[in-house]
Amino acid sequence: MSELVQRVDLIFGEYSDQKYKTLAETVGRSNEDIIKDLLDSGLKGRGGAGFPTALKWKFTMEQPADERFVICNADEGEPGTFKDREILSKVPRKVFAGMAICGKVIGAKRGFMYLRGEYKSLLPGLLKEIEIYDETAKKLGIDFKIEIRMGSGAYICGEESALFESMEGKRGEPRNKPPYPTVSGFMNKPTVINNVETFVNVLMICRIGPIQFRKLGTHDSRGSKVFSVSGDTPKAGIYELELGMPLAEFVEEFGDGDTKAVQVGGASGFCVPRKKFKDTIIGFEGVPTGGSMMIFNSSRSMYNVLHNYLEFFEEESCGQCTPCRVGCQQLRKGIEAVKRGDKPVVYLEQLMKLSETMKITAKCGLGQSVANSFSSIVSNFKEEMIY
Amino acid sequence: MTKTKKINIKIDGINVSVEEGTTILNAALNANIHIPTLCYHKDLCVAGNCRVCVVELKGAKNLVASCAMPVSEGMEVFTNTGKVRLARKHIVELLLSEHNADCTKCYKNGNCELQLLASEMLTGEHMFLDLVPDQHYTIDMFNPAIIKDDSRCIRCQRCVRTCEELQSVSALGVAYKGDKMKISTFFEHPMFEVVCTNCGQCVNRCPTGALVERNYVDEVWDAIYDPTKHVVVQTAPAVRIALGESLGMNPGKIVTGKMVAALKRLGFDSVLDTDFTADLTIIEEGNELLTRLKRALVDKDKKVALPMATSCSPGWIKFIEHTFPEYLPNLSTCKSPQQMFGALAKTYYAQKRGLDPKNIVSVSIMPCTAKKFEANRPEMRSSGYQDVDYVLTTRELGIMIKQAGLAFESLPDEHFDSIMGESTGAAVIFGSTGGVMEAALRTAYELVTGREVPFDGLNITPVRGTEGEIREAAIKITDVLPEWKFLEGVELKCVVANGLANAKKVMQAVKDGKADYHFIEIMACPGGCLGGGGQPIPTDREIRNKRKEAIYQEDKGMPIRKSHENPEIKQIYAEFLEKPLGHKSHELLHTHYTPRKRY
Amino acid sequence: MATNNNNQIIKTLVDKYGRDRTSLMPILQGIVEQKNYLSDTDMTEVARELDLSAAQVYGTATFYSFLDTVPRGKYVIRVCKTITCDMHGKKLIVQTIENMLKIKVGETTQDKKFTLLQTNCLGWCHKGPSMLINDEVYADLTPEKTHEIIAEYMNK
Repeated sequence: MSELVQRVDLIFGEYSDQKYKTLAETVGRSNEDIIKDLLDSGLKGRGGAGFPTALKWKFTMEQPADERFVICNADEGEPGTFKDREILSKVPRKVFAGMAICGKVIGAKRGFMYLRGEYKSLLPGLLKEIEIYDETAKKLGIDFKIEIRMGSGAYICGEESALFESMEGKRGEPRNKPPYPTVSGFMNKPTVINNVETFVNVLMICRIGPIQFRKLGTHDSRGSKVFSVSGDTPKAGIYELELGMPLAEFVEEFGDGDTKAVQVGGASGFCVPRKKFKDTIIGFEGVPTGGSMMIFNSSRSMYNVLHNYLEFFEEESCGQCTPCRVGCQQLRKGIEAVKRGDKPVVYLEQLMKLSETMKITAKCGLGQSVANSFSSIVSNFKEEMIY
Repeated sequence: MTKTKKINIKIDGINVSVEEGTTILNAALNANIHIPTLCYHKDLCVAGNCRVCVVELKGAKNLVASCAMPVSEGMEVFTNTGKVRLARKHIVELLLSEHNADCTKCYKNGNCELQLLASEMLTGEHMFLDLVPDQHYTIDMFNPAIIKDDSRCIRCQRCVRTCEELQSVSALGVAYKGDKMKISTFFEHPMFEVVCTNCGQCVNRCPTGALVERNYVDEVWDAIYDPTKHVVVQTAPAVRIALGESLGMNPGKIVTGKMVAALKRLGFDSVLDTDFTADLTIIEEGNELLTRLKRALVDKDKKVALPMATSCSPGWIKFIEHTFPEYLPNLSTCKSPQQMFGALAKTYYAQKRGLDPKNIVSVSIMPCTAKKFEANRPEMRSSGYQDVDYVLTTRELGIMIKQAGLAFESLPDEHFDSIMGESTGAAVIFGSTGGVMEAALRTAYELVTGREVPFDGLNITPVRGTEGEIREAAIKITDVLPEWKFLEGVELKCVVANGLANAKKVMQAVKDGKADYHFIEIMACPGGCLGGGGQPIPTDREIRNKRKEAIYQEDKGMPIRKSHENPEIKQIYAEFLEKPLGHKSHELLHTHYTPRKRY
Repeated sequence: MATNNNNQIIKTLVDKYGRDRTSLMPILQGIVEQKNYLSDTDMTEVARELDLSAAQVYGTATFYSFLDTVPRGKYVIRVCKTITCDMHGKKLIVQTIENMLKIKVGETTQDKKFTLLQTNCLGWCHKGPSMLINDEVYADLTPEKTHEIIAEYMNK
């Protein structure tokens, strides 16, 4: 493996011999201490948005309330992402331990995992692990229950406020923000909602300490990251790597020698063309990613790729806000019209402006991020859009 | 009380200081800046889904929805930058691209919020592809009261929020997602097959032509033009204080005289008053209540249904038929004033005027869409004909007046025709929540004690309902006349509620045994009929309050303010009905109800 | 009688999860698990139990692609149509199934045994094409492999 692409073994490392050892060690520590460690570690959320985990917990902890909740967002639906599934099938114990630590810190008695319906086959394994957790919690005197709630096939429920709505038995339509989940989340109570991988990172920080953790990655992107690699690659699969590597190195390692573009961050992420591989850093200082890396070689039509993404968004938009509901339809039908020759090439400019409007006016991250792939593909592969 | 904190912000360079929690949208009004909106409605919780109201914040990459964003100290807002203008134009263009914009064929042409925004934004040539041909829009035209046309819907969800928040009915919901998302009844059944009460609050709030009343304007013109027909028209109490709004006047104007003048000029053969039968309702319903109380207190009849609930609001009737069918015996059997009028128009009135009832066309002007459904009920044919032929909303009358080219504001005041045109202040207040209760008490108390109600100027303010509230009142009855001695010392417990969400709470309390009312007044719409679904658009709390003031002002100004003192009422009992709850009354003025499925 | 049986299924679910609106998803999921779809009577029954309007239940159900409101077969096949599965031959997989079952995407076989659908990303992008048959995942599909899998289900 190239020098700059560092394999790490933090997330998927083996369980300690004693069940929930790190959790047992951590429950005795003060909440302030734990928050300080998380702050020092520089951990940012692993779902894609990258909000500092320590602050999220701190805000929730400080919000006056009679009840608070911990939610693990396991509604992994971003095309090209499958790392949470891998984590949940290999090391679920680490996830539950991370949730329990969060429960202790913020003063929550109930935690939920919202698992996407497509991953229902993981359920028996997870329930079994919860039994082990329950026994341990009882022994350790931890007053924190974990339950699993299933999704039913709606990508938008990965958006945190849509996820709360879904758990409340409603349509998964994102809410207005503010208020943020730290103030008003599930059942309008202060709620910490973190990605599966984030909870594992929390546990690992508690185990190895923030200093060890900080050694991984770069200034803006501390720690390791689990990548889901797919597309035109001989090495499709899950890889735990350091953040902050140049894309060129990544392509060298994972490409098939004919890579023309990499979609970083899934359908809602950015498409990087070959000429920009060298200057692109994977991480919060460059192109952020929830872990999805899709590789395309020169046999692929980027028009087809974009068309596939747009169809995805068109269906998976919740439909409530105008820019997203109608914008997605217009973008998809727009590129079809240009391709057919029913609209002049300059219509692409009009669509670029529309995607910019969607980015700045849509109610939630879904509608806002459609522009990422649209503008990066259309501007870098314009000729493929036209003919 | 805690003092609310003031927040200082800058909007387009203007310093504004507003209370904490105020949205940017409302703060902007303080700077005299009107930000366009579509999904926002003052009566409803904020949705923030149309995104038309976006503004720019200093230091923020994305625009924010001003309706949903509370101000924060030091915030700098820009409402009219190039970025904002393009974004808003894009959004309106997007809405138009999925909207069936054949405006000249639309009932809301000229009164459409989307059309207005489109014209302000000069959306001349459409920027985007026309999506309408690819959508499989449906139009539900099976209902006599409301038409739902999905091809004109902009999915702002105002109707859905109205049906849920104000009415607790949720006959309309949002279904599917993404490009397929639509406003839908259960399983996309026609509106008349589901729990919809036809209250029309959704119609009143729909910004476009997606939800409109079924209009009968042309049918009424045809009747007027038909020389063989004698067309009588009745006007509900709440129309006379709101009609002006449809014709460019400010809310809260009493236009009774001008309305009568206009109706005469439109060519109606006789312009009469629903208020007359409102007074009649009081006599019948008051006696019905006293009879039920007697059966309960004297005869110890366990089967007598108490509390008794009013039955003038057809939205409420359909609601209870669906939601609490086991309480149908508790409804007063009195028909609504509209239907009493209809039954009498083709019997008593016809006799008095020497007309063949088959040649009478009976039209009513109502603040209500549910009245259209009510008139179509099979049981509303006790004259031998359909008692009320056409029901027009306040808005439809406004249209007819415009069509006839009448300068409404300049019309002289004219008087209702006779007979069945005379009324009292007690009838006028039927238009407001608490009005029926107050009118009934004015009469019943006097009937039982021989004295006027012990309230200053006959104003029984404790039962004057407040919008959005459930108001309870107890009136102690003492020193009664000998024939009513079973009521001596009885505390009559009343409750007044408006809006079906409140109605549901009252009925649930009754059902749970948590309330021991004698008499319940319920109006389906917020504020009562003055806030009815057929009233001028816009209607919101501020406007309803102005209409309410006007109603009580009209009551105060009436020479007679108690129903039983209406001379025409005395006359109709003497000449035709004989006595309250008599044989004729039962035949013409009382009805029965139909249990309906809630699901 | 079928209706009573339905009511029993719903009642058991409601007793298990409770009558709060937060129980709506697990209840609807439970019905779909046992009956493959939500009928209008099921939804009205759930609405009655949870004191919701029928339109609210319908609105929630139709939002989620796994909560079907039209009858489905005993085995619901969902082939992933998102990017990497598409790139790696999803179309051939769909064709293979269509040919075997003699139905098109969106249809159910006459014996009500199979329904063929397409779905968005299943999270098996590194092993595309992939599909779900009820809750079971099948990845790294080839037409041959697909043929074997479907044949096995046909004999079940």
